[in-house]
Amino acid sequence: MMLDPQDWSALWLTVRLATTVTVLLLIVGTPIAWWLAYTRSRLRGVVSALVSMPLVLPPTVLGFYLLLLMGPHGPVGALTQALGLGMLPFTFTGLVVASTFYSLPFVVQPVQNAIEAIGRRPLEVAATLRASPWDRFWSVVVPLARPGFLTGAILGFAHTVGEFGVVLMIGGNIPDRTRVVSVQIFDHVEALEYTQAHWLAGGMVAFAFFVLLALYTLNPQGSFRK
Amino acid sequence: MGDEPIVLRLAHQYAGFDLDVELSLPGKGVSVLFGHSGSGKTTLLRCVAGLERATNAYLRVQGEVWQNTAQGVFLPTWKRAIGYVFQEASLFPHLNVHGNLTFGMRRAGGRINEDEVQAASRQLGINHLLTRKPEGLSGGERQRVAIARALLTRPRLLLMDEPLSALDHARKQEILPYLERLHDELEIPMLYVTHQIEEAARLADQLVLLEHGRVLASGPLDETLARLDLPLARDHEASVVISAEVVGHDERWHLTRLRFGGGDIFVSRRNFTQGKRLRVRILARDVSIALNSDHASSIQNRFACRVMEIGETEDPAQCMVSLQAGGTTLLARITRRSADQLVLTVGQDVWAQVKAVALLE
Repeated sequence: MMLDPQDWSALWLTVRLATTVTVLLLIVGTPIAWWLAYTRSRLRGVVSALVSMPLVLPPTVLGFYLLLLMGPHGPVGALTQALGLGMLPFTFTGLVVASTFYSLPFVVQPVQNAIEAIGRRPLEVAATLRASPWDRFWSVVVPLARPGFLTGAILGFAHTVGEFGVVLMIGGNIPDRTRVVSVQIFDHVEALEYTQAHWLAGGMVAFAFFVLLALYTLNPQGSFRK
Repeated sequence: MGDEPIVLRLAHQYAGFDLDVELSLPGKGVSVLFGHSGSGKTTLLRCVAGLERATNAYLRVQGEVWQNTAQGVFLPTWKRAIGYVFQEASLFPHLNVHGNLTFGMRRAGGRINEDEVQAASRQLGINHLLTRKPEGLSGGERQRVAIARALLTRPRLLLMDEPLSALDHARKQEILPYLERLHDELEIPMLYVTHQIEEAARLADQLVLLEHGRVLASGPLDETLARLDLPLARDHEASVVISAEVVGHDERWHLTRLRFGGGDIFVSRRNFTQGKRLRVRILARDVSIALNSDHASSIQNRFACRVMEIGETEDPAQCMVSLQAGGTTLLARITRRSADQLVLTVGQDVWAQVKAVALLE
C-alpha cells in the first residue's frame, strides 16, 4: 500500500470532519432555508447575501476573520474562554465551526429551492388535515424536498472535503488534529514526495467525480438542476 | 353538538381589500357563499379555516369559539375540526390514494379505521384506486379523493372552495352527483364557495351573496333567488329553485308528473321512484304570463299565480315579475311592452306558462 499512517490519519480526520459538518449544516441550514423560502421580511436580501458570501470570498479571507473572531482577542474567543471551552483555533472543533460557515451556501441554496418549489399549498392542506407545524415539516416538507436535502448534503460533504484555505487559517497543520487530506497533499508536494501526493490527489479526483456523477444520475430532476 | 348555528363576525383588511361580514349560518345543511371573483368569498372561507388570520374576528362553530380577537383567541388551522377541499385537489404526491385518505384520519382520530376508509371510498367511487399514486388519476378522481380525505377526519364543518372550478364540464357532471348525495347524507354543516349559480342551485340550502367584501343577502335559497332587489334576479340567468315530489308517471306520453305547491309539472319520463323529492330550477326567461288559461297552447305546465311585484332587469326592454303560485315564488322575465299590454298590476291573478324546467338531479 502506498499510503503511510499519516495519510490514513489525514483521511480519517477528513471523513470525520466532513460528516460532522454535513450533519451540522443540515441542522443549521434547514431553518435558514425555510426562513428564506417563506419570509416576507426586508432582511431576506441581507441574509441571502451573507449566506452566499463564501461562494465569492477567497477562503483565506473568511479564515482570517474567523481566526480573529475566535482568537484570544475576538468576541467568540472571549466567550468560549469564559465558558471554559478554551480557544477554538487550531482545534478540530474550530475546524468544524469554520467549515460549517464556509459550506453553508451549498446546503442552504438547494434546500431553499426545493422548499420554494413545494409552495404553501401542501402545507395548508396538511394543516387542514390536523398536522401540527412540526408534523408538517416531517410528513410533508422532508419527503417532498428530499432531492434538495440530498443534493445539499452531498454538496456540503464534498465541499468540506475539498477545502484548503480555511483549514490552513483556522486549523493550521497539526497531525491527527487538523491535518486533513488537502493539507497533507500540500505537505507531500512541498517535500517533493510526488508519488505520495499522487495517491491522495488522484483519490480526491476520483472522489469528486463519483460524487458529482451520483448527484447527476440519482437526482436527474432534482433541485440541483434548477 | 346539535345544530347550533355558525356565528361569524369578521373584519379583515388585506392588499387594499376590505372584508367586513357578519353572518349566522344554520348548523346543518349547505350554505353557499356566492359572488364574483374579488367578492371576498374565498378569503372568508380561508379565515374560517384559520389559513388566513382575520384582523378582527369572532367565530363560533357548534359552541366552540375558534377565534375571538377581543380575547386574543385564535385556534390554529390544525386544531380546528374542519374538512377543507381546495380548488385543485392538492393531493400529496408522495403518498398513494390510501396514504392521502388516512393522512388526516390518523391525526384526527389517532388511528386508522379501515372500515371507514372503505366506506368513504365507496361513497365517492374511488375504492378501486387506493393503491394508485395521485399522478395517475384524472382530475375528477383526484378531487373525489380530496373530498373523501376531508370527510375522513370527521370534521364538524366542511369547507369547499370552488371544488369544481378546475374541472371541465364532463368532470363536473361526474362529481356533482357525489356532492348532492353528500348534501343529503351529511350531518354537519358545509360552507361551499362558488361563482357558478348552477352549483348553488343544486347544492345550497342557504345562499349567502357576497359583493366587494360585504354580505348583500343571506337566506334560504328559494327566497334569496326570488328577491327582486338583489342582482341575481336582474341577471339574464335569473331563476328560482323549487322543491317538487314525484307523484307518478304517464306511460302513454312518456312523462313524469312532479307536484309542488303551485300545481303539477310534467317532465320527460325519468326513472324516479314515487315520493322522491327533487329540486327543479326554472329560469325566469322560460316563464311567460297569460291572463287566462282558456286559449290553447303547446305549453303544458301552467299555474295559477298572483302578481306580487314587478322589478327591473339589467335590460331596459325587459322587466322581472315575481309571482306567487300556492306558496311558491316563480319569476317571469317578460318585455316591458307585454307587461304594459297585459296591464299587469300587483295583486292581479294570472297564469304562468313554464316552457322549460331543469331537474337538478
